[in-house]
Amino acid sequence: MLRHTYLLRRSWPRILELMYWPTVQMIIWGLVTQFLVTHSSWVAQAVGVLLAGVILWDVMFRGQIGLSLVFMEEMWARNLGHLFASPLRPWELICALMLISLIRTLIGMTGAVGFAFLLYAFSIFDLGFALIGFFVNLIVMGWAVGFFVCGLVLRFGLGAESLAWFLIFALAPFSCVYYPLSILPDWLEPVAAVLPSAHVFEGMRALLVDGTFSGDHMMRATLLNVGWMAAGIATFLGFLRSARIRGLLHQIGE
Amino acid sequence: MLEVDGLTKRFGTVCAVDSVSFAVARGATAALLGANGAGKTTTMAMILSLVQPSAGRVRIFGRDLATERYALLPRMNFSSPYTDLPHRLTVRENLAVYAKLYGIEDVAGRIEVLAETLDIGAFLKRPTGKLSAGQRTRVALAKALLNEPELLLLDEPSASLDPDTADWARGVIESYRAETGATILLASHNMAEVERLCDDVFVMSGGRIVESGTPAGLIERHGRATLEEVFLEIVRGTTCLDQAAQ
Repeated sequence: MLRHTYLLRRSWPRILELMYWPTVQMIIWGLVTQFLVTHSSWVAQAVGVLLAGVILWDVMFRGQIGLSLVFMEEMWARNLGHLFASPLRPWELICALMLISLIRTLIGMTGAVGFAFLLYAFSIFDLGFALIGFFVNLIVMGWAVGFFVCGLVLRFGLGAESLAWFLIFALAPFSCVYYPLSILPDWLEPVAAVLPSAHVFEGMRALLVDGTFSGDHMMRATLLNVGWMAAGIATFLGFLRSARIRGLLHQIGE
Repeated sequence: MLEVDGLTKRFGTVCAVDSVSFAVARGATAALLGANGAGKTTTMAMILSLVQPSAGRVRIFGRDLATERYALLPRMNFSSPYTDLPHRLTVRENLAVYAKLYGIEDVAGRIEVLAETLDIGAFLKRPTGKLSAGQRTRVALAKALLNEPELLLLDEPSASLDPDTADWARGVIESYRAETGATILLASHNMAEVERLCDDVFVMSGGRIVESGTPAGLIERHGRATLEEVFLEIVRGTTCLDQAAQ
């Protein structure tokens, strides 16, 4: 009891985590319920809207977690000292993290996509070439959040590792995965508008419900992602530099 | 070869390394000695560019580490008890990863050579996390020698080794220097190790270098029988005259 009380008192991410999941679940499913109450016939017509939402959301989640976990594995293994004393350059590390995340995401998605087809006769590939744009934008946003998480873990240590699991879910209610952006309260719509993911899911619904490809949403998602990636990588590199100054690279470990 | 000039590291109000200057000639082996917390590991971490100095500079092979880090790092390597290799990878996989990072062309060939030299062939296929402390130290040494570094930094190279294995490890380090002419900087608490391996000794206390010289020179200067007695005298701040008076 005392042991775990010490840990809780020392780590604000752990306290945040305790309150986090119930809050996020309540917000998401509250909004979904509100939407279904008023638009149930719309959903019934849009075969696969929810399934496509689940699958594409997982692209973003797997992209982020694949990147963050790979980096944190190096921290758990106390391997950062070896890595950063080697000729490995930061941009090489960044590229490697993105590539391994891509591979993990593709492997992870294979099962979900396959079972969606086998169990529900839903093929995500029915989205056509737009799927490539949706996939790229979502995984890039996942990477941006992943780099941000890696930076925070470098700064605050492994006590902040739970951020890797829950930070991206903070964006879920505003990404409008299962309901249109218009269902959000007016004051929250500007928040959703700066999320590339919200534009991807708006574009996905336009394609599945109306049968139209929204170039506007795709363009907005892509442009926003440039900013998100720049911010994510800048945060990571900033905290990496800070870790060198604070002497953390050869000390961080489990 | 290795020139450290006014190197300083402050963590907030704590000065871990305070204006340290020393030089190690090409092909020489030098030791940083000091009690726990004296600043040895932080000094080595700054030479490896893992820690950014608050002041001072490091020059290696005549080049400035701060501006030419990525030209210098392929020519250096290190082992330290404060870092580890991923436990779930096998020894061979870990060595292969670092061989690639250091740009070694014949990865398999280099691993075979090291496996023979360091007698790690029997557990190349075993997960690194399943090895004993002594086996891990040998693997860490193998990783440190992968790129045949011209500058080798060893932080407590024989820590956690039994006397027999520690003696064997010292032999490997001696042979490596003799064969390659590498420059070696080691931090150690083992005075016998330092006397055997090192040409120069820099004794640190409170983040500063408080004494330096050859092992034999220090013993003579302090009128002691062993380097360990010299070390204790410096760390405890007592002299032969003090002890004689007591």
